[in-house]
Amino acid sequence: MASMATLVLDLTQTFRSRIARLGMVRQAASLGLFAVLVGAAGTAGAAEPQPWQMDLQPPAGSIAEMATDLHNLLLVIITLISLFVLGLLVYVGVRFRASANPTPSTTTHHTVIEVLWTVIPVLILIGIAIPSFRLLYYLDRTADTDMVIKVTGNQWYWNYEYPDEGLAFDSYMVDEEDLQEGQTRLLSVDNPMVVPADTRIKLLITGNDVMHSFFVPSLAVQVYAFIGRTNEVWIDVPAGEKTYYGQCNQICGVNHAYMPIEVRALPRDEYDAWVKEAREEFAMTTPTIQSETLVLASAE
Amino acid sequence: MSAQAHADHGAPTSFVRRWLYSTNHKDIGTMYLVFAILAAFIGGGISVYMRMELMEPGVQYMADGHVWNVFTTAHGLIMVFFVVMPGLIGGFGNWFVPIMIGAPDMAFPRMNNISFWLLPPSFILLLLSAVMDGGAGVGWTIYPPLSSSAGTPGMSMDLAIFSLHLAGVSSILGAANFITTIFNMRTPGMTLHKMPLFAWAMLITAFLLLLAVPVLAGAITMLLTDRNFGTTFFIPEGGGDPILFLHLFWFFGHPEVYIMILPAFGIVSHIISTFSKKPVFGYLPMAYAMVAIGFVGFIVWAHHMYTVGLSVDTRAYFTAATMVIAVPTGVKIFSWIATMWGGSITFRVPMLWAIGFIFLFTVGGVTGVVLSNAGLDVVLHNTYYVIAHFHYVLSLGAVFGLFAGFYYWFSKMTGYEYSETLGKIHFWVTFTGVNLTFFPMHFLGLAGMPRRYIDYPDAFAGWNMVASIGSYIGALGAILFLVVIAEAFIAKRRAADNPYGEGATTLEWQVASPPPYHTFDDLPKIK
Repeated sequence: MASMATLVLDLTQTFRSRIARLGMVRQAASLGLFAVLVGAAGTAGAAEPQPWQMDLQPPAGSIAEMATDLHNLLLVIITLISLFVLGLLVYVGVRFRASANPTPSTTTHHTVIEVLWTVIPVLILIGIAIPSFRLLYYLDRTADTDMVIKVTGNQWYWNYEYPDEGLAFDSYMVDEEDLQEGQTRLLSVDNPMVVPADTRIKLLITGNDVMHSFFVPSLAVQVYAFIGRTNEVWIDVPAGEKTYYGQCNQICGVNHAYMPIEVRALPRDEYDAWVKEAREEFAMTTPTIQSETLVLASAE
Repeated sequence: MSAQAHADHGAPTSFVRRWLYSTNHKDIGTMYLVFAILAAFIGGGISVYMRMELMEPGVQYMADGHVWNVFTTAHGLIMVFFVVMPGLIGGFGNWFVPIMIGAPDMAFPRMNNISFWLLPPSFILLLLSAVMDGGAGVGWTIYPPLSSSAGTPGMSMDLAIFSLHLAGVSSILGAANFITTIFNMRTPGMTLHKMPLFAWAMLITAFLLLLAVPVLAGAITMLLTDRNFGTTFFIPEGGGDPILFLHLFWFFGHPEVYIMILPAFGIVSHIISTFSKKPVFGYLPMAYAMVAIGFVGFIVWAHHMYTVGLSVDTRAYFTAATMVIAVPTGVKIFSWIATMWGGSITFRVPMLWAIGFIFLFTVGGVTGVVLSNAGLDVVLHNTYYVIAHFHYVLSLGAVFGLFAGFYYWFSKMTGYEYSETLGKIHFWVTFTGVNLTFFPMHFLGLAGMPRRYIDYPDAFAGWNMVASIGSYIGALGAILFLVVIAEAFIAKRRAADNPYGEGATTLEWQVASPPPYHTFDDLPKIK
């Protein structure tokens, strides 16, 4: 089982480097402005949207890298298809305009070309489906994670629960008038979800009232938060101290736009220090899940 | 009424008898079109107001996020149920399906009357739902628990549900009418395989309506009883599940988007053929591609639900099934281009809309292929990328189809010629406006901007500004459209029965412009 997983991972990495090259070709070929803009987005301190950004946020972690690679591949394919159709339209518009071609042909069938324009799209789609399925099944590997955080969506804040540490706290957006230096309007929160960097984390996502959606683009995580149901996803937080921003992404009432997500990744020692501090402030009176159970669950 | 009308085959002279009691497919079609245009100005006006709000970061015009949510809900529902469907199906379908198949009228003329007259009360209920008890701010998808009594107390949501009930009954009756008409009233010699593609498109659309709309009706009825009579279909505390609603909604909702686009496919086929002076390339593949799209449309619904927690194998299936749609769609795109290939093309106004349709629908189609990937959808789901995608296929697809059909058949319906110059100006202004509005939304979505937001982080300001300016240009286009119509009715240039020459081969070009109240005294013979 383990060897198969390694194999899949190896294949994935081979594929990723191949796609990365394709992505570079695309970037080199695109407009200088475009490259500058993408570059500007890449140098930002926190993972958040940049002005005039035209591409995905810079990927953080293995999932987001795979998703970005797939998108870069697809962007090449769909751009070529669109330009091909546009080119054909322009060509027939010029070549077969009434003044240039007064007598229309009567051709209404051409078996070979009809077969071609059916079969070639099928082949392109199969080519897309292979990396797509690889990414999809990679997203599902929640068993290989190191720790668990339970996320609960509420009108209009998030609650983060660290069952192993016995911590739980609410996270509200910082109002515009209370913004501190370095905080971002509509994205910064009072109590961010602090995570250890370079860690694979399983998220258990549920809701308390209406639907919400936990969405952090740079980490490539999105899942709905429902009452009465717990969804399971994982994030691969890369090494390095960094803040990842996201927002609620399912209409949830008057303050839908005002319940952002801030994930702050800290080096392990700083994270441990934060946990120690947080235990004083955010201790749960009754931990909902025993840590032993979780270890068993994640070891299977 | 009927005895008198049959005697001289003329229209009733009384206004009430002619319009309120109307059983004439052309009059009912006209009423549908007028209704759709009125609704379009309300639904489109709302969207321009929303773009004004989004033009800059911060909240400028609206009271709070709930008002925003009410407007998104109203905009979506109005555009789907009261603009595109009445325009394409009720309007052009009623007007031209009977004529194209050589039938004197629809099979059930009185049912046709009630189909139309259910819409105005439905529309009034929807408008009331936006203003009563604070309004229903739930999105056009009306997902519980937000749409349940816990999320939206008060009568606004119930009014919206009743509105959809009436619109649904109207659609189902209309669909039954089209199916019966097309199966039973084709003129002798017109086999299904000789039937014009617009009639094919309407036949398939009618089947989609007949099979999909009752599912929506069931879902919203369950929602209604959840809200008012203590059932718990979608409430977990009582053993229900909100995800059930999502499945039911999208089992309707996905075919619904094909319901909106298939008639446009039919219209575009006719226009491309007419102005290329060539028969449609690959007629049978074109017809059966629509059948295939309609069928596959019923087995892809959960691609709207990739992030709700479906099992990974389910998502893999829906990814694969969704990608399949690209194949028949590709057949149609390439067949349209092949129809133009070798033709003798004139670029009259309908042709501009049709060519615009082909390219912009392609752009919307390929982003659909991107979105079909469940793994990638986690970064795109519910972002502005999705908004861009479905406006490219609907706003720049179905609505371009509406305009194409309107210009194509304007002289047939009214007997007057519109001004070619004004029509072209209208096209280019609209083309510029909608592309400027919706193309930057791809960038916003990739950068992670969620949909249904009244306010957004400041980094999104640039492209939002561009999109808002685009929407103002689009609004100018809408005003120009009224100018085109007004000018045509004032100038009263008489239109020929067939203004397009040899390329226009379908039966509506064999009858007068406008056609007589009773179209065919003798059934036309098809060789």
